[in-house]
Amino acid sequence: MNRAQRGAAGSRGLGTMEVKSKFGAEFRRFSLERSKPGKFEEFYGLLQHVHKIPNVDVLVGYTDIHGDLLPINNDDNYHKAVSTANPLLRIFIQRKEDADYSAFGTDTMTRKKNVLSNVLRPDNHKKKPHIVISMPQDFRPVSSIIDVDILPETHRRVRLYKYGTDKPLGFYIRDGSSVRVTPHGLEKVPGIFISRLVPGGLAQSTGLLAVNDEVLEVNGIEVSGKSLDQVTDMMIANSRNLIITVRPANQRNNVVRNSRTSGSSGQSTESSLPSSTPNILGNLLQGEEESDEEDIIIEDSGEPQQIPKAAPTSESIESLSQIELLHESTQNGFLPSSEMNLNHSAGSISMDYEVPEPGRKSLEEDGTIITL
Amino acid sequence: MRRFLRPGHDPVRERLKRDLFQFNKTVEHGFPHQPSALGYSPFLRLMAIGTRSGAIKLYGAPGVEFMGLHEENNTVMQIHFIPDQCQLVTLLDDNSLHLWSLKQHGGASELLEEHRFTLKGPPGSPPSATQVTAVLPHSSREVLYLGTESGNIFVVELPSFRVLEDRTITPEAVLERIPEDNCNRRSCELVEALQEHPKNPDQILIGYSRGLIVLWDLQNNKATHHFLGSQQLENLYWQRDGSKFISCHYDGSYTQWPVSSDNRQPEPLENTVPYGPFPCKAISKIYWQTTKNGLPYIIFQGGMPRASYGDRHSISVIHGSQQTAFDFTSRVIDFFIIFSSDPAAEFDDPSALVVLAEEELVVIDLKSAGWPAVHPPYLASLHCSAITCSHHVSNIPLKLWERIISAGSKQNIHYSSMPWPIDGGTNIAPDPPQRDLLLTGHEDGTVRFWDASGVCLHLLYKLSTVKVFLTDADPNDNMNTLGEDEWPPLRKVGTFDPYSDDPRLGIQKIYLCKYSGYLAVAGTAGQVLVMELNDEDAEHVVDHAEADLLQDQEGYRWKGHEKLKTRDGPVRFEAGFQPFVLVQCQPPAVVTSLALHSEWKLVAFGTSHGFGLFDHQQKRLVFVKCTLHPSDQLALEGPLSRVKSLKKSLRQSFRRIRRSRVSSRKRRGGSGNASEVQEANAKFDQEALQEMELAPVQRKIEARSAEDSFTGFVRTLYFADTFLRDSSRHCPSLWAGTNGGTVYAFCLRVPPAERRMDEPVRAEQAKEIQLMHRAPVVGILVLDGRSTPLPEPLEVAHDLSKSPDMQGSHQLLVVSEEQFKVFTLPKVSSKLKLKLTALEGCRVRKVTVANFGSCKTDDYSENDLAVLTNLGDIQIISLPFLKLQIRYPCIRKEDVSGIASCVFTKYGQGFYLISPSEFERFSLSTKWLVEPRCIVDMPEVTSNNHVHNKSGTENAARKS
Repeated sequence: MNRAQRGAAGSRGLGTMEVKSKFGAEFRRFSLERSKPGKFEEFYGLLQHVHKIPNVDVLVGYTDIHGDLLPINNDDNYHKAVSTANPLLRIFIQRKEDADYSAFGTDTMTRKKNVLSNVLRPDNHKKKPHIVISMPQDFRPVSSIIDVDILPETHRRVRLYKYGTDKPLGFYIRDGSSVRVTPHGLEKVPGIFISRLVPGGLAQSTGLLAVNDEVLEVNGIEVSGKSLDQVTDMMIANSRNLIITVRPANQRNNVVRNSRTSGSSGQSTESSLPSSTPNILGNLLQGEEESDEEDIIIEDSGEPQQIPKAAPTSESIESLSQIELLHESTQNGFLPSSEMNLNHSAGSISMDYEVPEPGRKSLEEDGTIITL
Repeated sequence: MRRFLRPGHDPVRERLKRDLFQFNKTVEHGFPHQPSALGYSPFLRLMAIGTRSGAIKLYGAPGVEFMGLHEENNTVMQIHFIPDQCQLVTLLDDNSLHLWSLKQHGGASELLEEHRFTLKGPPGSPPSATQVTAVLPHSSREVLYLGTESGNIFVVELPSFRVLEDRTITPEAVLERIPEDNCNRRSCELVEALQEHPKNPDQILIGYSRGLIVLWDLQNNKATHHFLGSQQLENLYWQRDGSKFISCHYDGSYTQWPVSSDNRQPEPLENTVPYGPFPCKAISKIYWQTTKNGLPYIIFQGGMPRASYGDRHSISVIHGSQQTAFDFTSRVIDFFIIFSSDPAAEFDDPSALVVLAEEELVVIDLKSAGWPAVHPPYLASLHCSAITCSHHVSNIPLKLWERIISAGSKQNIHYSSMPWPIDGGTNIAPDPPQRDLLLTGHEDGTVRFWDASGVCLHLLYKLSTVKVFLTDADPNDNMNTLGEDEWPPLRKVGTFDPYSDDPRLGIQKIYLCKYSGYLAVAGTAGQVLVMELNDEDAEHVVDHAEADLLQDQEGYRWKGHEKLKTRDGPVRFEAGFQPFVLVQCQPPAVVTSLALHSEWKLVAFGTSHGFGLFDHQQKRLVFVKCTLHPSDQLALEGPLSRVKSLKKSLRQSFRRIRRSRVSSRKRRGGSGNASEVQEANAKFDQEALQEMELAPVQRKIEARSAEDSFTGFVRTLYFADTFLRDSSRHCPSLWAGTNGGTVYAFCLRVPPAERRMDEPVRAEQAKEIQLMHRAPVVGILVLDGRSTPLPEPLEVAHDLSKSPDMQGSHQLLVVSEEQFKVFTLPKVSSKLKLKLTALEGCRVRKVTVANFGSCKTDDYSENDLAVLTNLGDIQIISLPFLKLQIRYPCIRKEDVSGIASCVFTKYGQGFYLISPSEFERFSLSTKWLVEPRCIVDMPEVTSNNHVHNKSGTENAARKS
């Protein structure tokens, strides 16, 4: 390797790129043709070759420009890694059996140090998964069960990610009645139920929703007292990021939590922070604000583009108004106080759901959305 | 951490909100739905109308209106004013009596229910014993006589409704002095009529259903005269001097009877069947009125020959040799005559006939030759043809107002010039702050212009678009022409005509520019007419253009109605709005949005297929844009033709089944098993119904997609002069929003005025915004540099608005059914949003910018959005920060047609239909409030009004 050519300008000029690869405590340096990186399999073979580990199954990762540790396991992310590397492509290799999956992901920037130390000293790492299915990052999420820690065991909060798939949501709801325990004994109250799952639809394919499950909340808003049409409208309005809390008709598959036996379990379901609720709920909405919608504009019959956010000054106004709206609606009794338990969960929703890479997102949407 | 500060509860703002917003339902305009009873007080000169839903409405001079509602919501059967009092009694169909009073409170009169009462018989008696059939408020004002089904006449004291049992007039007492061979107990079943003697308050005339009429002396508690009618009795009426009375009967006859002291059982003077000799329908009510010239007026309801005219709703007026049977468009509920109420006057001298029909109020002037109709100042039948759309224009310039009135007055020449005869009470409401027009579009292709400034919604002018088109119906087919010798002498009166000749003529969108007098009207078959106000009649050719909205799409077949055929050659138009341009959309789908820019002389229109822009100065189509998704077959094929309601398809399938069963029965020769078939039918229907009930109502949950049906449906069009391309130059622009959440913006180049006819208007698409949530776009608005909505065309030119701020940056507000979004311009970036559906599950149905003034200070006003949701709530949302200010429940969410009919005004008022014939007016503003405020004083009682004397003997003495 010619040290003189390793200057950033030089390497770019020649179309080669420096690769610094680390396995265990060993470093290898080599260069690649930036314009012709080849296939991932070739690269994988090259890495095994330079580290002299021909028969060891390894996981390959790289640090991107933000310092996140991201996986390289197919041609696409390999090419992405090559194209974004500047000036140097840093590769980290782990043995598959000691791999720390949590080290990867978009969030790793904040915990980079820690991650790196984990990677650097794999022996320190306590948990070693024995069965490897695949890495979560290799898949696009379709659905998830969330807030298991704060919901009663009889309830399930399901999130359906419509934007990433062409599948229809694929379910129907109906009116019905459910039995509630009240101070006056058992009482029949009207409720909203899932009435049908469309075969092959998102709802059915997740297996998280079933016919006759009672719908309790839609995106953190209780449905009791709302008509079937209202709930339909709310679900459709939230369809790109739909979070439904249900009481499953089949209660046998419920998650049984150890903590439930302790006295603190009650506290987690009944929130004890009434004064801060509007703000926490606001938090949820703000999370959504960023995640759920990006309108598209075509200027002068050019290419479709996502509509950007206006200057931050106006954003702050928005957030103010948003909170105020919520506050007022609470005042008007539209968000009954019994939703306290939600708000807590709402906060956590926005926490565990962060903005996907804007670039990737718009790419996905171009194909499916712009039709005219 | 800013979010933990709560900026929402600024006490100053809260106080200001109280000064700005207030919700009131102020008045009901139009004709009461399902009227069921009519009453009139000649003393107060007030008319009362009761309805089947238990409402009671009082009307006097224009602006004098009262409304009351019976808690029971039962049908009002009868209304009787207490003589010489501000009181009235109503009888409901649950046999309850209610006493209402007009009381003064806070400087204005109010209608209040004071007492209610239900007549109770002795224990064990059948309900018919106390079923009230006739009510007579006695002139003493102290008692009510209640005739019942059992023949008993009960006397109750007012206002306590205490039954004076000792004064009950029983059939036994009545029959006491009648020879048995003429009458028996059955003759006295059911009291049909009770009439007080006009001169002697101690005598009342009692008419029983089977024909027996008795003159009863209240002082001596005995019958003084018996009149033995042979026909079933319907009603009675005294002649003014009390020497004769007239009775009308079930067989269509009326009989005049003399009342004299010498003959206790007189024979009839005259018995006539006016429309005989063939069997006739009953005459249900009759008046006999005297005049100075000696010829009486006999006015009666019904009596038509049963076979040929039995279906007519008629009231006949006979005066000497003149006889007319007024033929009403709907069932006659009741009528009354306005005549001289001065008791000292020798003759009745009737001046007007007031008829309450089921769908309209008709007043006939009896003083003028030919008995013309009087144009009512209120109670207009809004639904004379079904209302299809409405448009409100505030603050009309005086000049335009006068021109519309003058055009309207030329249409009203056939009306009587008589001043409105029902003129009781005084309107003390302040004059309306401005001149407002409400325009209603109708199914028959007409547009009606209503004066909506005040409490009385008054028809100013009616415009018909029918003349432009060739329709099956011949417009010269005049129903009013009357053959010379025709018998009965029927004459059609009234305007109610719910039958549209051609549904394609229906008006769907209206836009009036109040400054230029340009009017654009669009209809069901894709027709768009641009009109100009002309004060003279004119004959001219209407320029005709076609807009092919499916330009690029090929191979599709339109399965809806055909376009309207136009008339070739010049057409004669009467003074008023005269069309000069007709654009017909192709395919001829219903026009779903319309915008007119009178300054640029452009009209934009949209359907479910696309939208177009027409230059009505050069009479040239500027461009069309197809918004239809190629796969959207439903929108292509027809005007929602395939979207059948469940009800409709069910009905059709039932019909099919029935038809097949009828034919099978025919085959069997209709033998004895018809009842069996019927039974089977009934069983089948029942099963089908049950099945329908068992199938649960389901709602599909699916994200909207570009492939959904009707995404191309153009919901809103908007002209704006704004920064579309760059921030240095603003230009005219046209914005369109679709059902699929797309907003199109076109940059327009309009030549300057001096070259306006020489250079073409050009348009170029500049932007296309796709809202990710894809909800229908229902409103587009541009806010100027001061965040004020851009003014209307010509508003600045007429010095009625500040010019918009073109220095600061403009903002675009897009309102979808689900959320409100503000974007920056010219570079579109999202700035603010307010979600409605995701949080509350309601959707925007109507949205307008309204100006709210403070009731405390004159110099403060602000613009807000007034929003009506599909749940019938009204929300006020601030501009430009999109904060919810206040929310009011307004319309029941089940009342879909009410919600669909709502229009907001520019100053925070609104209208919506509460029935096909009535608008409810409401106000969101503390400042602009139009509500009735009136006062009814007790008129001075003239000294020689003997009726008020309690003592009957004294009266009798003075009379003799």
